[in-house]
Amino acid sequence: MTSQVSSPAEEADEVNGSDEALVGEQRGHAGGKEIRRLDRVIIRFAGDSGDGMQLTGDRFTSETASFGNDLSTLPNFPAEIRAPAGTLPGVSSFQLHFADHDILTPGDAPNVLVAMNPAALKANIGDVPRGAEIIVNTDEFSKRAMQKVGYETSPLEDGSLDGYSVHPVPLTTLTVEALKDFDLSRKDAGRSKNMFALGLLSWMYHRPTEGTEKFLRSKFARKPDIAEANIAAFRAGWNFGETTEDFAVSYEVAPATKAFPPGTYRNISGNLALSYGLIAASRQADLPLYLGSYPITPASDILHELSKHKNFGVRTFQAEDEIAGIGAALGAAFGGSLAVTTTSGPGVALKSETIGLAVSLELPLLIVDIQRGGPSTGLPTKTEQADLLQAMYGRNGEAPVPVVAPQTPADCFDAALEAAWIALTYRTPVFLLSDGYLANGSEPWRVPDLDELPDLQVRFAQGPNHTLDDGSEVFWPYKRDPQTLARPWAVPGTPGLEHRIGGIEKQDGTGNISYDPANHDFMVRTRQAKIDGIEVPDIEVDDPSGDARLLVLGWGSTYGPITAAVRRLRKAGMSIAQAHLRHLNPLPGNLGDVLERYDKVVIPEMNLGQLATLIRAKYLVDAHSHNQVNGMPFKAEQLATALKEAIDA
Amino acid sequence: MPETTTEGTIEALSLVPKAEAEQSMKDFKSDQEVRWCPGCGDYAILAAVQGFMPELGLAKENIVFVSGIGCSSRFPYYMNTYGMHSIHGRAPAIATGLASSRRDLSVWVVTGDGDALSIGGNHLIHALRRNVNLKILLFNNRIYGLTKGQYSPTSELGKITKSTPMGSLDAPFNPVSLALGAEASFVARTIDSDRKHLTDVLRQAADHHGTALVEIYQNCNIFNDGAFDALKDKEQAQEAVIRLEHGQPIRFGAHGTKGVVRNPTTGDLEVVEVSEENQSRILVHDAQATSPTTAFALSRLADADTLHHTPIGVLRSIRRPVYDTLMSDQLDTAVEQNGKGDLSALLAGNDTWTVIG
Repeated sequence: MTSQVSSPAEEADEVNGSDEALVGEQRGHAGGKEIRRLDRVIIRFAGDSGDGMQLTGDRFTSETASFGNDLSTLPNFPAEIRAPAGTLPGVSSFQLHFADHDILTPGDAPNVLVAMNPAALKANIGDVPRGAEIIVNTDEFSKRAMQKVGYETSPLEDGSLDGYSVHPVPLTTLTVEALKDFDLSRKDAGRSKNMFALGLLSWMYHRPTEGTEKFLRSKFARKPDIAEANIAAFRAGWNFGETTEDFAVSYEVAPATKAFPPGTYRNISGNLALSYGLIAASRQADLPLYLGSYPITPASDILHELSKHKNFGVRTFQAEDEIAGIGAALGAAFGGSLAVTTTSGPGVALKSETIGLAVSLELPLLIVDIQRGGPSTGLPTKTEQADLLQAMYGRNGEAPVPVVAPQTPADCFDAALEAAWIALTYRTPVFLLSDGYLANGSEPWRVPDLDELPDLQVRFAQGPNHTLDDGSEVFWPYKRDPQTLARPWAVPGTPGLEHRIGGIEKQDGTGNISYDPANHDFMVRTRQAKIDGIEVPDIEVDDPSGDARLLVLGWGSTYGPITAAVRRLRKAGMSIAQAHLRHLNPLPGNLGDVLERYDKVVIPEMNLGQLATLIRAKYLVDAHSHNQVNGMPFKAEQLATALKEAIDA
Repeated sequence: MPETTTEGTIEALSLVPKAEAEQSMKDFKSDQEVRWCPGCGDYAILAAVQGFMPELGLAKENIVFVSGIGCSSRFPYYMNTYGMHSIHGRAPAIATGLASSRRDLSVWVVTGDGDALSIGGNHLIHALRRNVNLKILLFNNRIYGLTKGQYSPTSELGKITKSTPMGSLDAPFNPVSLALGAEASFVARTIDSDRKHLTDVLRQAADHHGTALVEIYQNCNIFNDGAFDALKDKEQAQEAVIRLEHGQPIRFGAHGTKGVVRNPTTGDLEVVEVSEENQSRILVHDAQATSPTTAFALSRLADADTLHHTPIGVLRSIRRPVYDTLMSDQLDTAVEQNGKGDLSALLAGNDTWTVIG
């Protein structure tokens, strides 16, 4: 009896629970083994930090992407690089949800858990519903290893896993056996057990294998023996699945052809999409990209990625600290670069003064905040949305900054282009608020044609822009464009436009130092008006029945779970409206009207109600917060339950 | 030391466009009223810089002054070039971004002892270590002026100020020693009131490849008046100031009666009365020595309290790779190795699949 459940409705994302009826189509037998068709599966690989679970998950994801399924991933790992082996804090996992239809989240609960040791089993079993399949590496279930995580008796034998479909597999022994012809110690051979597990899972789900073999050959190009050993372990895992009687069934999940518009697709993580978005923005603006950054989790991957693309004219500067990172970026912006700084919440705190300077200088600058759990160091590798108010207000004085938030990993590409457009058009720093979940999670992305990308061309000031009373032509650095209120961008090297700017209040127009009270009042209001006037598209409301009384409003990375929860409720016959904010500052012009149309507004956030605070303050709407700050994205089922309660209340 | 001409052919600034016409001091004066206290040493430095700039023969639109916060940091407003008056301590970081992205600019940082050595200490040492193409003018008046008279990180121990009525407790930095310790490739010291010396040092700084740190002793006549009198008074200065010139024996005092020698036992430097027998041991100043050791030892001759035996001039000037050049070279190398970036190919990557409608 297998637990794997297939849901009939194509739009039924995340209908989970092994207690539901099995509806998978039985396809008969191949090679003596049964093959069943599923519409979606959630797999979680879990092991020690040193077991290579992220790599295993990445490879399975790539296989799945190239097969054409829709997918969504959730890597979850500790902040410690190598916590003590075999302990609960050292457990690293990777969850992958893939389907033959359009899906939105990495899934609530795994259908399959691969547990490489007792710690991985203990740390993850709570998320695994009864009936699910569990593949355990029995070699690691020694008395000592089990005691280390508090198992008095073996969970494989004491009945505590009754109700699960447990596959005990001596992964290490089998891997060592498969590699006996290689000149490797038992310990070294055992390292390839993750590839054995990957091979086994690849067999179970009919994944293509060429990509992984190619990947291993390229990764270990300088150590061909290691490459071949890993490939041998990978193949052995596959063959093990095909021959052993313990695995009687394998599964097919058809490509999600109908879920996607025609095009060329690839799998992409949020940080990679964001990096590509920045390079694309640089090309579209015809400005060199300059990144000033200081390493910080979970933003460092953007620094790493951009550093690889110097042939695009990308300059990356690893600064001595967060402040110098943004300082250098601001200096490059003054010189006419498309300037970016990347960081996470603690780094934003350090950069605040320079962001204020950028507001005052009115220069384009992107501040990418990959939010993580806070306050202080908080949870570096976990996700949270608790920097919204910091982005909005975390500066001295009236220092408004536009805020753009991507909603899925692939959307980070478009959001980067959009943030660049705002920065360049309005000559302002812009916050791009991603988070750890978007950064590390991945999904299929339709690769855009270059001619689909927005035009970001800017015009630098080239000559005088003002005539004095005496008729002389001068350049005024703070004479604004009447439409956008943007000031001219005159870069050093332009003759005749020499000017000085600074953080001291400036006289309107001339930009000269001014302490005049009325001028300050005017400048504060003008800077605010410039940000308030940024062109932001209206928010779209998804309310198919038209009779919903409740609106669920989200922002950023909660898009997937909220949408999945809404689909569930609608499938259950309930009416619910959904809207998702991409622009947090300024907010869409029609948002007030939208909010008024509904009796109740619920705002789920991975914080204690920061957007709700803004909405309540601005629109005097009694918005209800639904909060979660456990370092993980919302689960669709739990969110659906909360929203149902709100509808019924 | 490379020969410097006055015709705008500064080798270190070869990427910076030249002025089309001859320039004068007037061209570098902005229309802003200078607002330092009457009698402030900053006036003399401003005049020296404005007076020296035409010598460089650079297009003034390619010159940028970046400053932090403090009295001296108002400097950019008075220069008719591009300029940025930024935030406290951060000018070296901002200037690094500008200089490393725009090699056609001559970038100058103006900072003070509080700005550079207290709040901005980290940025200063890292700029020096990287050897970015920046010229840093550190106006050292040994006091906080703009906040009205608290002691600074260069104030002498026991300094009585508003914030230290019983005397300051922390030992001062010697900016030259600090810079040498931070791997600076060019370190010099000069004095606001000595226009000729100041200009000569600026000239050498401008012609340096990489970061040049110029410490300028500057009098704050309001909160720390006379801090450098020992070096300015004609009589006293002869004994107090050690004028360094590359390739010349290090002698000072009335009629050059004093000299610097190396103690053969400790290896350290010491001041001696020059005599027949020690004359051959007088150290010859080598600003281009590979090791900064002797320059550091020279910087330690000064008494932190009295400033006696203060070396001025260029202590160190060596050639080593310049950050912005290296950064630019890597971009060129990347194009040579991988071709010019192809965005379509980048976005598609290696693992794609096609959905047909």
